[in-house]
Amino acid sequence: MDATLKKDNLLVSVSPHVKSEESVSRIMWTVCLSLMPALISGVYYFGPRAALVTALCILTALFSELLFKRFVNADSTINDGSAFLTGLLVGLNFPATVAFYIPIVSTFFAIVITKQLFGGLGYNVFNPALMARAFALITWPRAMTTWIEPTAKFIGVDAHTTATPLGILKEDGLDKLMAVFGNASSMYTELFFGHRAGSLGETSILALLIGAAILLYKRYITWHIPLSFLGTAALLAWVFGGKTGLFTGDPILHLLSGGMVLGAFFMATDYVTAPSLKAGQILFGVCCGAITMMIRLKGGFPEGVMFAILIMNCFAPIIDRNFKTKVFGAKKANKDKGK
Amino acid sequence: MGLSTFSRGIHPPDMKELSSGSPLKPAKQPSTAIIPLSQHIGAPCTSTVDIGQVVLAGQQIGSAGGFVSAPVHASISGKVSAISVFPMANGRMVPCIVIENNNQNQFVDFEVNKDFMSLSPEELKKKITAAGIVGMGGATFPTHVKLSPPKEKPIDAVLINGAECEPYLTADHRQMIERPADVISGLKILMKVLGVKNGYVGIENNKPDAIEKMTEAAKSESAIKIITLEVKYPQGAEKMLIKAILNREVPAGGLPMDIGVVVQNVGTAAAIYEACALGKPLIERVVSVTGNGIKNPSNLIVKIGTTFSQLIEECGGLNNNAVKVISGGPMMGFAVFSLDVPVTKGTSGIVAMSENQVDATEKHGPCIRCGRCIEACPMGLIPSMLSIYSERSMFEGAKEYHLFDCFECGSCTFVCPAKRPIVQFVRLAKSLVKP
Repeated sequence: MDATLKKDNLLVSVSPHVKSEESVSRIMWTVCLSLMPALISGVYYFGPRAALVTALCILTALFSELLFKRFVNADSTINDGSAFLTGLLVGLNFPATVAFYIPIVSTFFAIVITKQLFGGLGYNVFNPALMARAFALITWPRAMTTWIEPTAKFIGVDAHTTATPLGILKEDGLDKLMAVFGNASSMYTELFFGHRAGSLGETSILALLIGAAILLYKRYITWHIPLSFLGTAALLAWVFGGKTGLFTGDPILHLLSGGMVLGAFFMATDYVTAPSLKAGQILFGVCCGAITMMIRLKGGFPEGVMFAILIMNCFAPIIDRNFKTKVFGAKKANKDKGK
Repeated sequence: MGLSTFSRGIHPPDMKELSSGSPLKPAKQPSTAIIPLSQHIGAPCTSTVDIGQVVLAGQQIGSAGGFVSAPVHASISGKVSAISVFPMANGRMVPCIVIENNNQNQFVDFEVNKDFMSLSPEELKKKITAAGIVGMGGATFPTHVKLSPPKEKPIDAVLINGAECEPYLTADHRQMIERPADVISGLKILMKVLGVKNGYVGIENNKPDAIEKMTEAAKSESAIKIITLEVKYPQGAEKMLIKAILNREVPAGGLPMDIGVVVQNVGTAAAIYEACALGKPLIERVVSVTGNGIKNPSNLIVKIGTTFSQLIEECGGLNNNAVKVISGGPMMGFAVFSLDVPVTKGTSGIVAMSENQVDATEKHGPCIRCGRCIEACPMGLIPSMLSIYSERSMFEGAKEYHLFDCFECGSCTFVCPAKRPIVQFVRLAKSLVKP
């Protein structure tokens, strides 16, 4: 073919004519990949049932997405990876021992009600995976707070039920918790590696940090939300968390336990349900950290990460609306919206 | 890095290696030149010739239609065969004068002036105006208008834009390597016309050879500084260039002259030199014919009015996999629908993209609010909201997000993982609301 043959067949489109390689699906699948260490740690500590629960969640998520799109006659969005990611995150937020119908119903709730009924990817107000967990916790409170010892790798042989570190802290206090782990340093070590009761993907801080490092390196997330979230929580834990007065709390214990790390790096950073502007993200993170610690220290639940993020999800749009960028050439920081 | 630059911006692959090593070479004269009467921002020209008339190269054939306008000249000698509307690269229909080449290569007598620096500012400006010089970086704003700032806006710096931040394009790069003295002379003329003591040439760091040549050429000029700029798109946007070199911000909705600056492109500076020293009007320009779809990427000196098809043919034709031809660079250029459109004063490049670089079936998704566009926007805007408002036909909402501060550089659209045509949404909104 030569130039003259091409003449009548040129492709016309609007500029720019070059685009970056980045895509929504690449981002979603990379986040899924970055959660693999957490999933592996879950299987390592809680046995093959952890993998089974997670797989059920993922399959339900994909199936629900497919079903809904078919129902409303829209193109399938399975390939964008967002449903898979939601399923994976739901799985990581469940106890490995949970009855199978619970993750199935909860994941369906996450995809159909939390995500698709609000308009699908990009329009959901709440983080779908956290809504699944909130839904399950309220609907089946017993099942969702029945934990097993991480050593019980072979379920059914010697599965002891126990409480999470935060549960012990809430019910019996720090001394009991110390007694369980022996001393402070061994407690930190066990918590860091994930050798404790808890949701199957939240326990190993090491595994979660490996995933977080991938996301930070790829710049899929920035430090703004996680650091402000964790920093605020640590500060409040130190100031108000002690039994013997102000400034005697144990921030490390609070950072390493519960869903703090999973939430700060993987849930609060969800693009759709968090603010877009960096300044707003810092406020969002600070509020998440503050609400988490209020619930942990004064609330009825031992853990507050989930509710903190869901509450702040409501505020994300209004935060974005009130934090403005400095427009080039504008005289002052751009507060004169609507002029 | 420590190099001068602006905030945010993007790093698209620059692809300049395709043509950056290819020396300037005069293109073959066209057998027919299609010369538009409107090649600039402002009032179109009025034809001063009739059909059948024989014109010489360099002869004025269209007179300026007002102050913000620029005359056009015949780029070849021959007979005027038609005066009619023809499609331009951007799809607009524009009145053109068509000249059939008589292959005599007859020029009007150019008024050579070796001692051009002794001319008065007024005389120099007259020559620039008569030569029909406009901004050759692509914006095509008539140069003499920029050289006539109102009294209350004193100018204290002239910037020559050698950033050439658009991927692929190497026309300015080659001119700085091969004609550095002309560019510096052009800058000196500009400084004299405006009575300015400080001249700057900003060049991106990916053109070390150009920086070297230009520094060499400006060695004895203490008033001229060559500034090395960080490689980043859109470094060559007027506002970003001024920010990088002088750390001044053009006020929103304002012009560079509001902060005492005049910016001209490298090619424009060379054309200004030619107009003042050689008496030559703007009848040819350097065009990079490049891209993965072109057989032999080159930098050609092209007569205004030459068609794209002839230039592409001269560069060996299109590769089999070429699917899209762009007038200008890939970030802000127009995809042409036909190769029978003429090169104008603002055509900096012809870029042919190959099949594997273009996804014609690509669909865009909803905004996932990842904020990449916000981190990319050199103007500090929130492109995601502009696109969402525009998509929902809420154009007034887009205005609240500073719609009219967007100069459509395309950085947001380049980085968008949902492949949203953000710039196009912006254009749509701009066309449907009043500023």
